[in-house]
Amino acid sequence: MKIKNIIEQVMKSFFFICGMMTIIAMLTIAIYLIINGVPAIREVGLFNFLFGQIWAPVHSTEPQFGILPFILTSIYGTFGAVLIGVPIGLMTAIFLSKLSNPKISVVVNTAVELLAGIPSVVYGFIGLSVLVPLVRETFGLLSGATLFSAIIVLSIMILPNIINVSRVALAAVPTKYEEASYALGATKMETIFKVSMPAARSGIAAGVVLGIGRAIGEAMAVMMVAGNVANMPELFRGVRFLTTAIASELSYAAAGIHRNALFSIALVLFVFIIIINIVLNLLLKRGVK
Amino acid sequence: MREKVKLKTTNSKNAKTGNNNDVGIISQKLPFKRRFHGYIMKGFIFFCVAFAVSLILFLIGYIFYRGLPHVTFSMLTSTPSLLRGTVGILPNLLYTVYIIFTTLIISLPIGIGAAVYLNEYATNRRLVRIIEFTIETLAGIPSIIYGLVGFLIFVRMMGGATILSGSMTLSILVLPTVVRTTQEALKTVPISYREGSVALGATKWYSIRTIILPSSLDGIVSGVILAIGRMVAESAALLFTAGAGHALITNYFAALQTGGRPLTVALYFYATEPGQWGDVSSTDVAFAIAAVLIIIVLVLNFLTKLLKRKLKKI
Repeated sequence: MKIKNIIEQVMKSFFFICGMMTIIAMLTIAIYLIINGVPAIREVGLFNFLFGQIWAPVHSTEPQFGILPFILTSIYGTFGAVLIGVPIGLMTAIFLSKLSNPKISVVVNTAVELLAGIPSVVYGFIGLSVLVPLVRETFGLLSGATLFSAIIVLSIMILPNIINVSRVALAAVPTKYEEASYALGATKMETIFKVSMPAARSGIAAGVVLGIGRAIGEAMAVMMVAGNVANMPELFRGVRFLTTAIASELSYAAAGIHRNALFSIALVLFVFIIIINIVLNLLLKRGVK
Repeated sequence: MREKVKLKTTNSKNAKTGNNNDVGIISQKLPFKRRFHGYIMKGFIFFCVAFAVSLILFLIGYIFYRGLPHVTFSMLTSTPSLLRGTVGILPNLLYTVYIIFTTLIISLPIGIGAAVYLNEYATNRRLVRIIEFTIETLAGIPSIIYGLVGFLIFVRMMGGATILSGSMTLSILVLPTVVRTTQEALKTVPISYREGSVALGATKWYSIRTIILPSSLDGIVSGVILAIGRMVAESAALLFTAGAGHALITNYFAALQTGGRPLTVALYFYATEPGQWGDVSSTDVAFAIAAVLIIIVLVLNFLTKLLKRKLKKI
C-alpha cells in the first residue's frame, strides 16, 4: 500500500513538472532573448537601432545598426500578403461553410490541408525557380527577387490559416440569424455578406491575425525570394525582412556587437509576436462571448 | 451584435420594398441590381476556390514533374561526392529520421505529461490558464526564433551544432502541438470511465495508465503524426542547430553527436548554392528533395485521414 502511495506521489509530481516545463520553456526563450538582445540596443541606442535607416554591420570604420528597413519590410510584406490572401481565403471559407456540398468539400479541404502541410522551404524553392524569373521578365527587372515576389509567396502561405479559422467562425453563426434574413426576403448572397460575415467578424479577424503572425514570422521561404538586400522597402526591389536578417547573417556574424545586434532583431520580432498573440487572444475571447 | 444584425437585415428589407408593386405574383423576379450582386459575388467566390485548388494542383504537379525523374535509386541510396561524381540524399533522409525519432523521445513524455496534468490533475484554474496562454504563445513564436534560442542554449551546451541539439530545439517547437492534441484526445474520454475506475478502487495514476491514456490513444497518435509533419517541414529552426555535415552515419548514437543537414535544410542549400555532379545539377537535387518531402506530407495526411475515420467509427 505504501509503495503504491509513493508511486502516486511520484507520478503526480512528474505530471506537474511536465506542465511547468511549458512555462519554463517560454520564460527561457524570453530571458535569453532579453539578455542577449539588450546589450546591442544599449550600445547603439534604442532610437538609432529602431529608426536607423542603414544597416552596415561589417563596415570597417563606422559600422551602423539601423533596422528600420527590416521592420518596414516586415510590415509592408505582411500587409501585402494579407491584402491578397484574405479575400481569397475568406471566399474559400465562405464556400466551404455555406455553399459547398460534401463531395466538393472533401476536395477543397484536402487541397487546403496540403497547402498547410507543404514545407516553407519548398514554397521558397518554387518561388525561386518559377515566380522570381516570371516577375523578372514580366516587369523587366534585373532581378525578380523582390518584395513583390515575397508578398505573393507569403499570401499563399497564409491561406490555410485564414481559411480554417474563418470557416469555423462562419459555421458557428447561429442558423436563426440566416433564417431570419431569408424570411425577410434576402437572397443567399445578401445573407452571407450582410448577416453571416458580420456575425462571424471576430472569428474572421482572428484568422487574419493568425495569418499576420505566420507571415511576419516566416523566414526560409522569404529568404529565397526577397533578394535579401538591406534596402528600404520598395515593391520591385530586393529587400530583407526581420526574420531573414537573423537567418542570413547568423552563420558568419562575429561574436560581439554584430551577433548581439541579430539577437536584438530577434527581440524586436518577439515583441511583435507577443503583441499579435495578445490581440489574437482578445479576438478569440470576444468570439466565444 | 444582435442589433447590428437587425440593422443589416433592414437594409435588405428596404431593397425589397422596391418590388412591392409586384404583390400578387407568386414567382416574382428580383430586381436586376440584386440578381447582379448575387452573380458577381458567387462568381468571385467560385473564382477564389478554383484558384486555391488549382494552385495546390499546380504546385504538386510541378514539383513531381521536375522532381520525380530525379528521385532515382542512386539518388535515394548514395551520398554527395565530387570525387565519385555522385549525389544522393540518403544522409539527409537519415538525419531527418534521426531528428524525428529523437524529438519524439524528448517531446512526447513532456507534452503528454503536460496535457495529463492540465486535464486530470490541475486544480488551480489560474495556473491552468497561465499554462494554456503559454502554450498558445509558444505556438505563435516563429521558428527562426526557436532556431536562434536553440543556437544560444543547446548548441553551446553540446559544444557544436549536432543532431541532438537540433532535436532539442525542435522538441520545444512541437511541444504546443503535442500538448494541444493530447488535451483534445483526453477530453473525448467520457467522465463515466473515470468515475467507474475510481469506483472500482483504482488510484489516479492507475486509472490514467489503464483507462484514460489507452482510450485516448488514437487521438494522441494523430497528434504525433501532426507533430511529425511539422518536424519534416521545419527548416529555419534547424538551420543553425543541426549542423552542416552530409556524411553517411548509420549508427544512431554516433549520429546524435555529429552535425548533419536534414532534408529541408539540404533543399535550401541545394537550391541556393550551384553545383554539378555528373549530369545532375544542384537544382535537380533540390527538386528531388522537394518531391520526396511532398510524398512524405501526402503519406502523413493520408494516415491522419485514416485515423480520423477510425475515430469516427468508435
